[in-house]
Amino acid sequence: MDLINPAVVDLSRFQFALTALYHFMFVPLTLGLTFMLAAMETVYVVTGKQIYKDMALFWGKLFGINFALGVATGLTMEFEFGTNWSMYSRFFGDMFGTPLAIEGLMAFFMESTFVGLMFFGWDRLSKPGHLAITYLVALGSNLSALWILVANASMNMPNGAHFDPETLRMTFDSFVGVVFNPDAQAKFVHTSVAGYVAASMFVMGISAFYLLRKQHREFAARSFRMAALFGIFSTVAVITLGDVLGRLDYEHQPTKIAAIEGLWHTSKPPYEPWIVAALPNDAKQESSYEIGVPFVLTPLITHSFDTPITGMIELEEAAAPRIASGITAVSALRRYEENHQAADLELFRAHQDDMGFGLLATRHAPNQDVTAIEPEQLQNVIEQTKPDILPNVFVTFWSFRLMVFLGMFFFVLFAMASYLSLKNQLERNRLFLKLCMWSIPLPVLATEFGWITAEAGRQPWTVFDRLPTFMSASTHGVSYMLFSLAGFTVLYSIFIAVELYLMFKFARLGPEAHAPHDDHADPAHLSVVAH
Amino acid sequence: MDIYVVLKLVWAGLLCVLLIGLGLMVGMDMGVGTLLRFVGRTDGERRTALNIIGPHWDGNQVWFILGGGAIFAAFPTLYATSFSVFYVVMILLLFSMILRPVAFEYRSKVDARLWRASWDWVFLLSGFLPMFVYGAAFGNILQGVGYHFNWTGQYFQDGSFLAYLLNPFAILCGLMAVSLSVMQGGVMLMIRSDNPIHDRARRYASRAGVLAVVLFLAGGVWVRGIRGFVLEQGDPAMPANPMQGQHVSMQVGAWLNNYAAHPALWLLPVMGVVSMLAGVALVLANRPRVAWWTGLGAWVGTIGTVAASMFPFFMPSTTRPDQSLTIWNSSASQYGLTCMLAVATIFVPLILCYTSWCYYVMRGKVHTADIIKDTHSY
Repeated sequence: MDLINPAVVDLSRFQFALTALYHFMFVPLTLGLTFMLAAMETVYVVTGKQIYKDMALFWGKLFGINFALGVATGLTMEFEFGTNWSMYSRFFGDMFGTPLAIEGLMAFFMESTFVGLMFFGWDRLSKPGHLAITYLVALGSNLSALWILVANASMNMPNGAHFDPETLRMTFDSFVGVVFNPDAQAKFVHTSVAGYVAASMFVMGISAFYLLRKQHREFAARSFRMAALFGIFSTVAVITLGDVLGRLDYEHQPTKIAAIEGLWHTSKPPYEPWIVAALPNDAKQESSYEIGVPFVLTPLITHSFDTPITGMIELEEAAAPRIASGITAVSALRRYEENHQAADLELFRAHQDDMGFGLLATRHAPNQDVTAIEPEQLQNVIEQTKPDILPNVFVTFWSFRLMVFLGMFFFVLFAMASYLSLKNQLERNRLFLKLCMWSIPLPVLATEFGWITAEAGRQPWTVFDRLPTFMSASTHGVSYMLFSLAGFTVLYSIFIAVELYLMFKFARLGPEAHAPHDDHADPAHLSVVAH
Repeated sequence: MDIYVVLKLVWAGLLCVLLIGLGLMVGMDMGVGTLLRFVGRTDGERRTALNIIGPHWDGNQVWFILGGGAIFAAFPTLYATSFSVFYVVMILLLFSMILRPVAFEYRSKVDARLWRASWDWVFLLSGFLPMFVYGAAFGNILQGVGYHFNWTGQYFQDGSFLAYLLNPFAILCGLMAVSLSVMQGGVMLMIRSDNPIHDRARRYASRAGVLAVVLFLAGGVWVRGIRGFVLEQGDPAMPANPMQGQHVSMQVGAWLNNYAAHPALWLLPVMGVVSMLAGVALVLANRPRVAWWTGLGAWVGTIGTVAASMFPFFMPSTTRPDQSLTIWNSSASQYGLTCMLAVATIFVPLILCYTSWCYYVMRGKVHTADIIKDTHSY
């Protein structure tokens, strides 16, 4: 069946992960900072106090440095489905393309058009007019996240589409099913609020830096308090929605939840412990050095005390009949494509829900052709395919735990920050301020672990239960992949270096340097600079 | 006519609108980027040029992103296949595109000669290269591309990327797109700048306009000798499956068949040429505002000419012509096209309204003296 070179699939996955994780270093800050800028400007418009305008201008400048990279690296994502995941895009594009296009039409256009006015329109718009623009930018960036996560959720839970043997792809059949996909709703709130946590930590950390240096104290104290309060509410929301997502995975992606919890065998409620740490071994299908808290897992996942959670070994066993049925489906489909006999179509229809499992068996079939498996080979192929239904347990297990541990840390940190800020005791607690400062990158790290949990846990599928990842890529040569990967690595490394340099530079300069009277751009000097 | 056929046609039309919007709006900003080093001799002048498009480039760039998104949603098979077949070219396009937002935001944030000079070169590269690739892509699909599908719908490439980068007709089309973009960029600079930028922009815009006319006419003559494709058999209402249902033949000069069948189509190339010539005249007569609108006419004429020649083909295959991607076999489902049409009907007019309003808010000349004083500007 002309399987794609596995090295090319791995390189495509690596490139996608690299570019997506990189893109997602900038997005959370954009999502949260837009709303914080809007909040600062609202206070300015209502109270007329200049300090809040200074806040909006200063944090707006740092926002701009970050926003540019978010936009630039987002372009890559829009292209990459087509350039590297051709089969996926053809197979799932009828449905998947729709939320992406709506994202452009409804959200990204609004955000991008008004962000220009937000930066350049201060003197051209009335105060409420400019405030409205800032809110539109915030709304645009968050709506953008909504549609992207609707698209992402459809890969994890393909609602609103069914496979059509006439076009050999998933056919879009329910807009409502796609938009109101429960996974999408929970993911959107979980992810965008995680962005608010990142933005809160960013503003709080830089404010802590000023407080430590006793610079811009009023400015920093006000920014700190706003960020701490915004942060504590956002962290609570992230944790709540994380719980909802876990429950959805339990219902719809049992392999993902079992891998997240490192659950090799079906759980025994109510005693079953929640494993805090362990070393899962994918090859041996067991974990060593397990440390757990008894009685926690069952209520955590199932919200009950007596429902067992199916383990990975049991899920493998349960997949065996689906693999057999899927092989029948793929074979019938191929015969139907060649001869258009009604009997083949009927046979396919009877087995179509398992087609993805048939495709999954391709790698283990003789000549990598599931349509030509002899009856005596079938059992062997099924046995070899069974372990393939599981994601990489080590990666899924640990990325989830690191995300959760960081989330708990944020809760404590923001709670203490809010308390100390409201009691006006910040400047006395220098160690705490240092902790806040050094925590700036952690929420971004947590969202990256979240992405890895969700997408590594989705494996071996691009479209869950429907299309295996190893069939989804474009049929490039290794050299093409190395070329693009090298280019991305070089460019993105330069970008991050420049971004960090500018962020540090402007954060160190502080808000005062930003006020119009403190203009360091001397015209005489500038004309010397050019040429 | 079958409702599905109507939807396919409407979306093919909307795709043309997007490609025109992309050429016009993104092309204009890229033209400014290409011209940056030439219209601005001092740093203050270059910053003036950048700030003329500064408030709008980000919004305009969405035409480009939306172009990709709309092809994905409305013609998923075309998106999946064309982006992969042109992989190296697309990646180069992408690299130059992602440098641009960064250049805007970072260039003027550091006051050092080498820093700013480097970003000015980035503007030249990220203005010239994407428009060149955009035009060259049309040059390539007019000649057909080597690819086929297996029974699962996986595509396989039957040609080398070098052929897509380095063939004379594609280079001609690429330079044509660059000329139009430089012209439009020059016109925009004329509208919103004073001397000396204004007069330099005028010089480059008029030259680019003349070059565009020459290249357009040369391309038109060249196409007569190029192998075109004819859809001998294929039901417009067919399920969107490129693997079966079509019979396609190849003939030299076939891209002119549609014009022979419907002579009214000649209005499109005529419109292109007339708009470009009128644009040159208006630029020389110092009427850049009107020239901006003839620029729209030039893009409508150019994209329209290609569309009229190729209809109903999107990307013909030279190695398995029967699997050529057409409007009929590469579209989304009827349901998907309907949903997207509803969404587009609401949002496209809205986008046009608020984009125009933003230009209205930021109207007027940009003065170098003000830019140098303003620390919020690019």
